[in-house]
Amino acid sequence: MSATQVTDVDIPEAGDTGGIGQALRDYFVRVKGGEVGSLPAVAGLIVLIALFSVLQGTTFFTALNFANLINQGTAVIVLAMGLVFVLLLGEIDLSAGFAAGTAAAVLAVGLTKYGLPWPVALIACLLTGTVIGLLLGLLVAKLGIPSFVVTLAAFLGLQGVMLLIIGEGGTIGIQSDFLLAIMNRNMPVWAGWLLWALVILGYAGVTFRAIRARKAAGLSGSSASVWAAKVVSLAILLGIAVYLLNGQRQIVRAGKQACVVMGPPNEPVGCIPTLQGVPWAVLVVLLLLVGLTFVLSRTSFGRHVYAVGGNTEAARRAGIKVSSIKITCFMICSTMAAVAGVLLASRDNSVSPTTGGAQTLLFAVGAAVIGGTSLFGGRGRVIDAIIGGLVVAVIANGLPLITSQSGIQYVVTGGVLLVAASVDALSRRRSSASGR
Amino acid sequence: MTNPAPILELRGVNKSFGAVHVLRGVDFNAYPGQVSALVGDNGAGKSTLIKGVAGIHSFDSGEYLFEGTPANVHAPRQANALGIEVVYQDLALCDNLDVVHNMFLGREEKAGLILDEITMERRAKETLAGLSVRTLKSVRQQVSSLSGGQRQTVAIARAVLWNSKLVILDEPTAALGVAQTEQVLKLVRRLADNGLAVILISHNMNDVFQVADNIACLYLGMMAAQVHTKDVTHGQVVELITSGRSGDLGVQPEILSNGAVA
Repeated sequence: MSATQVTDVDIPEAGDTGGIGQALRDYFVRVKGGEVGSLPAVAGLIVLIALFSVLQGTTFFTALNFANLINQGTAVIVLAMGLVFVLLLGEIDLSAGFAAGTAAAVLAVGLTKYGLPWPVALIACLLTGTVIGLLLGLLVAKLGIPSFVVTLAAFLGLQGVMLLIIGEGGTIGIQSDFLLAIMNRNMPVWAGWLLWALVILGYAGVTFRAIRARKAAGLSGSSASVWAAKVVSLAILLGIAVYLLNGQRQIVRAGKQACVVMGPPNEPVGCIPTLQGVPWAVLVVLLLLVGLTFVLSRTSFGRHVYAVGGNTEAARRAGIKVSSIKITCFMICSTMAAVAGVLLASRDNSVSPTTGGAQTLLFAVGAAVIGGTSLFGGRGRVIDAIIGGLVVAVIANGLPLITSQSGIQYVVTGGVLLVAASVDALSRRRSSASGR
Repeated sequence: MTNPAPILELRGVNKSFGAVHVLRGVDFNAYPGQVSALVGDNGAGKSTLIKGVAGIHSFDSGEYLFEGTPANVHAPRQANALGIEVVYQDLALCDNLDVVHNMFLGREEKAGLILDEITMERRAKETLAGLSVRTLKSVRQQVSSLSGGQRQTVAIARAVLWNSKLVILDEPTAALGVAQTEQVLKLVRRLADNGLAVILISHNMNDVFQVADNIACLYLGMMAAQVHTKDVTHGQVVELITSGRSGDLGVQPEILSNGAVA
């Protein structure tokens, strides 16, 4: 610390903090200081999309494949959203994948064996997740067992519970039209655009109100030009996505015509059912994103989660009930895993002992970390899970188009995770070293 | 110089940890508008005394008077409720949160369910301005990007945010360079000038003589003396710290020998 920095510097006066140029410069300074956030993930996403488009443009960069990518990535994204809460504490949940599977098994058994109506089965499924999280949280927060060990035990244990619920070797089909529609049906074209408009208006409205309130209180805030630039770029980006998804994905053969089919799937009709529109799963992810982001950034619970992750002792001394924060985070994580379980069951039309198994969990942890959530705790956002989840999905989707060797996919995904973890570790060192 | 009525008055407090008698009949006063330095060698009982005042552990016996009335302090929350705030040596700040978030940690202002960032930011700025702090570039800076002196400033500002009456500072300058020490000491003085009672724990005699109005010397768990700064010399205080006595001041020789044996 040099003497010049110690001398008094006035707190900047209220008002605009400059335009877009200033905002970009501030952002650059922050990145240099180690607060890289989602920047590497966004850059990686662009590079990967460009790479696959050049190598396999005809199959990769198509509307059908874009929809596939969302379909493949959704469950991992939702799982990762829950994991963000646990990672923010500096903990880990290795059992989230099988928590998803177990919850899905409860859903499937509830629907078939007990003949429950789907809302009841769905609630039972989500509660299963919550209870699993409660147990994990109690063991970690009250007994003080490292979360790695607790959730590793749960990873094995839940696998067994799942087998017991399903019955050895069995696969249970999902019959509920509503649950199947989540991952298999699309919104009408107009609804996609309506959703787009609502998202943009909502974002613009909320951010504008925040800026105006700060101005009214005489505090400095981002300028109108920065705000407008953010809104417009979001509108363009999401607009492209909605446009692509609203394109006709059905390959129409000669003599046949695509038409809208509203009835249940597999109903014989005179024409090829049309395949276009934003998947309903996107709405699920969007609602979760808004809800969880609100919890993390606008409530005192969210603030306390960051505090516990940043400095547990400081949080304790500030009067924060550390153990109840930890338990709640594990409950949120496992409940989100249950939601992911519903999505997996909906996508596969069934629940089998492999639901939520294999690489599901590792992809989800990878998604959160690649998106910019720190493994050391205290740093991360819910949207990281989406950005990172897209990176993972693009790799999982794009690589098989290039090479038939599945080994390469594992190696590449593992490599990307390592790169993300290195960026995390380096930026952490950077930010502790920079006396900005 | 006559002392105002003490805001905190400890009379004959004792504290033992198992067989170890850490505090033996300690008397201690803190006065509004004054900096009371608490000095003593390692293991003399400074931390135990402070932790007792802050409610982290309670005294075994003795009187604890706050604003003249007996107070029941057995938990940090009770101390906070009285208006007692402690700034610990390791500061207890969250690096990943900004200055405002840290100042309001655990006691956030809310509008319904939602955090009221605007009120918090305004109050944080007012508090910092009230302490004439001008070293922070922005109250929305992450604490990880602050220097040691700035962190100390944030920790102290957090302590005075809550209309506190007594602020306890545990070695606030221990890890700081010369310029930053100067800056923090000025801030400590300003706290007292604003009417707060300040207890300053320090090993550094220069700091103590620069800002303290009175000095309390602990020696082997006994209060050797609490004296006005201008009535003693540097050498006397060092003598009190190391041997418990200096001329007429300090623990009586016979008690001293008993104490040393016990």
